[in-house]
Order: sequence, then C-alpha cells, then structure tokens
Amino acid sequence: MDISTMTIRKALDQMQAGEFTAKDLVQACLDSIESKNENLNALLSVADSALAQADAIDRKRAAGEELGALAGIPIVIKDNILVKGWTASAGSRILEDYQASYDATVIKRLRQADAILIGRANMDEFAMGSSGETSHYGPTKNPWDETKVPGGSSSGSCAAVASGMALGALGTDTGGSIRQPASLCGLTGLKPTYGRVSRYGAVAMCSSHDQIGPIAKTAEDAALILAVIEGSDAKDATSVAGTDVFIPELVQKDLKGVKIGIPKEYFLAGMDPAVEKAVREGIEELKKGGAEITEVSLPHTEYGLAAYYLLMPAEASSNLGRYDGVRYAYSSNGNDLIDSYARTRGEGFGAEVKRRIMLGTYALSAGYYDAYYRKALKVRTLIKQDFDDVFKQVDLIACPTSPSVAWDLGAKFDDPLTMYLSDVYTITANLATLPGMSVPCGFKDGLPIGLQFLAKPFDEASIFRAGMFYQSATDWHKKTP
Amino acid sequence: MKLSKEEVEHVAQLARLKLTPEEAEKYQGQLGSILEYVEKLNELDVKSVPEMQHAAGSANVFRDDEVEGSDQDTRERIVEAFPQKEGDLLEVQAVFENQET
Repeated sequence: MDISTMTIRKALDQMQAGEFTAKDLVQACLDSIESKNENLNALLSVADSALAQADAIDRKRAAGEELGALAGIPIVIKDNILVKGWTASAGSRILEDYQASYDATVIKRLRQADAILIGRANMDEFAMGSSGETSHYGPTKNPWDETKVPGGSSSGSCAAVASGMALGALGTDTGGSIRQPASLCGLTGLKPTYGRVSRYGAVAMCSSHDQIGPIAKTAEDAALILAVIEGSDAKDATSVAGTDVFIPELVQKDLKGVKIGIPKEYFLAGMDPAVEKAVREGIEELKKGGAEITEVSLPHTEYGLAAYYLLMPAEASSNLGRYDGVRYAYSSNGNDLIDSYARTRGEGFGAEVKRRIMLGTYALSAGYYDAYYRKALKVRTLIKQDFDDVFKQVDLIACPTSPSVAWDLGAKFDDPLTMYLSDVYTITANLATLPGMSVPCGFKDGLPIGLQFLAKPFDEASIFRAGMFYQSATDWHKKTP
Repeated sequence: MKLSKEEVEHVAQLARLKLTPEEAEKYQGQLGSILEYVEKLNELDVKSVPEMQHAAGSANVFRDDEVEGSDQDTRERIVEAFPQKEGDLLEVQAVFENQET
C-alpha cells in the first residue's frame, strides 16, 4: 500500500474488500512517523494503543460485527483537543504536564465511529500563530520543503497528513488555522460553520470564532470526518440543534446551476502573482463544470483583519485568565497569590501568547473599550452584512486561501503584523461565522497553492459539491511531497 | 506609535503577567504598531451599526439545572492534576492576610 496517496475513502473500501487490514494501515502510518517525524516535528506523541486498537477493529470485521463510519482510519488530533489520559499541551509550556481528564465531544464521536487516534499534533501555542513556529515544542516543518513553514496554527495536523502519518486530522480554526496550513501543505481543510461542531473539550482561544474541523487529502474525506464529528451537543450551548443529519452530496459531478461569486477585494496588489494565476485557473475549471461565475464585492474586507486583531486578543485574554496555576497546569510560587499568578503566567506563556493577552487586555481596559472592542464588534456586523448581501446573488464564493505559498522558517517570526497579514483571506469567514474550505489548486516552485470556497452558514453541502467536482476535474490533490 | 513604559506595565499588571524588562520594551513597540494598524477602523462611520452580539445568531439556550455526578475516574484525574494538594483537597496560597493593628 502506498500510504502517501491513500485516502480515507479508498482505505475504507479496500479494508472492506479484504485487500489490507486496519493493522496494516496503522503500521504504514507508524512507519511514516518513524522515518519522518524527527525532521518534521509534526507529532508530539504517538498513541501506544494504536496497533492494538487496529487489531480489535480487524477482529470485529472478521466476526462480521457492525463497524463505525471511520473504522480503522488513523487520525491525528491537534494538541488543543482533549483526549482522556493524553497530555493536552496546546503547544504551551503552561500545559506541559496537563493530562486531559475527559474526552472532547469530537473525540467521543471519533471513538464511536471506530477511528484510530494515532497521535497528538504539534501546533502554534494556544493556536496563536500562522506558521507553527510559536509552539513551545519547536517549529513543525513543511513536508514539501523542510526549510519552509507548514502554516498554522494546525501545523502538525497538516504536516502529519501530508507526510502519510495519518489519513486525516482534526484541527481548529479561529482565523484560518485549518485552511491556511492546509493550503500551504497541499491538503483539503474545512472550517465548518460556527455551531456545526461541538467545541466541548477544545482549549478555548477566541470563543466567538473557534471551530473544530477536518483536514484530509480530499473533499470527500473531509466530508466523511465532518459527518462523524458534527452535530449539536448539550455541553456546548453554541452548537446548533437540528444540524445533526448531514449527507454530503458525494455523487454530483458537475456544477450546473451553481452560482459562484469572485470577490474583487480578494485579489489585492501584493498577493503572489503565481497564486493569483493558479486560483484564476481553478475558477476556470469551475466554469467548465457548468458554474455561473460572477464578480462580487465585499466592500469591508480591508477592515476584517483590524477587527479580528482586536476581537481575538480581547476574547483570548479573557479565556486564558483561567491559567493561574491554582487548579491545574504549570504553577510557580511567588511571595503572595497575585505574585504567583504573574509568575506562573509570565513563565508559562510564550511571547506571542503574552503579546495577545497584553493587546486584548489593553483593548478591554477602562477608556479603550468603546474605541477598540465595541467598534470591532460593529465592524464585524458590517462584514457579516457584506456576505449576507453577496449570498443573495450567489451560492458560493471562490477566492485564494493565502496570499502566498509557504515561506522560509523564521522569515516573519519577529514581525507580528506581517505574520498576521497572511490570514487576510481566511479571517472573514470566522468573523461572519461561515463555512470555508481550502483545496489544492496548483504549485509555485514545488510549493502548494490553495483555492478557498466560502458558503452561507450551514451550507457545507455546496462547498463539498464544488470541492468534489473540482477534485474530479483536477489532480492537484493527488500530488505528494 | 509606541506605548509608554508605564502603559505596558499597567496592562501587564491588569493581565497578571510578570514581564522581563526586555519583554516590556519589545511590547512597547510591537503593541504600538498593531494598535496603529487597527486605527484603520476609524475610517468607518459605525455610529448606527449594531454590535454583533452572538456568533451563532441564536437566543439563550436553557437547560434544567440538574446536578450530574462526576464518575470516579474523572474525579481522580482532576484531583491528580492539582499543583498542590492535601489529601484530596486543593491547597492554595492565602488569599487574605493577617493585618497587625
């Protein structure tokens, strides 16, 4: 079996046909981990139980027992999602020794589907980063070129899938953290609609933006994972009831009658011309499939990043208030309680996390709340209205995922604002709570380029339809590092 | 734009972050340049625009206020994670101090 080109769909079919076992599949992934993880630093730990779990699935299959929808499929889990008994460090020193005491809802659902949780993926600290470099456990490297960043913050999740360490991954996306690294690593990554997937058991960063989603080699694989993890959950009041049943339209192989808008504000001066060319060629393919392409306008796009970089640090500074060294995690004793808090947090958090806590605390502090936080909430409304208006005319939006391909490790590390600009095309979906997916659409100098689809809230079906059509017409997603 | 040293120290105190002098100096410039960038929002007239209140767009979600017991295993894991403990009890530093009068 060639693990580098294996998909979840193929593996499910071939295991069912008896061509190989779940144990063979897990072993192939473990071999990739063995040979590649030392260089890539994609996984922080590997589950000892993976082979035994695979064996159990094989025995169930042999006995003719009913199997779950992802039976025997190795999945890696971003380190900010709790798996009972596993360390959940969120890429931070402050949670270095923290062991999850319960399973996140998405993990429970993966277990029920007989998926195999094969390892814990490296990530930017508390999901704050666009390059994987803010992890306390060292940067992850891009499997396509180890001198480049894999993108972030789901850096390890993407590097692991791109290098055959697993067939799929869970990531989280607050401003592009699934779609941007998927783009930079040549994968398909979906940020579901806010509310489609329960976040119970995910380490909170910016609660009005955070969403868990799948990363895989194809749109079909991403849909297979989403179908398992989605649905309302009493333990996450923001998960929306009535969306549990979701059947991806896997069979439609054209785009007849689909209206796709191309937002003119998403092709800015300063984007890599090679990215623009590949994305525009991708759009041509959609047209060949019968889609009706029109130019649309999202006039407040240029304010999205500024609004995001107020709202996200504000919410994060509040969410991260819980890391005070009292009930769990890293704890440093000072002269008194206040001093202990400050030491614990000063020593436990890395530079980017502290920067964002400072920024958020500033934006929420007396005298600045109206000028910064409240204003950003109003701009968020304007951005959502832009999309509401456009989705009256079109079913889908197609645009670039990232303005550039993967850049050199270290290149933007000391310049936060330039780093933040790499999220400019992904952030708006989080602000407007929309689903978005990146699919591979070309290369520049051997580095992958991503095409992004955005749709109305809870219309992932349209995104999958476009993604599956696109992947039936092109083979960018079949390329391997 | 650069934040003053006092501003950075004040915010660090509010955020309960002990910063090294090097960190504090770095944040003066970095926070300043990010704040300068977000000033961009002042180009927009948002007086009559409502604030976005809820990302899921839904109203309150209610449930019955029922106490659910935690299972023994979860309980043990939580107690195990306490940084300082006495038996099964979480030990914390004194919150109030005796004041000599």
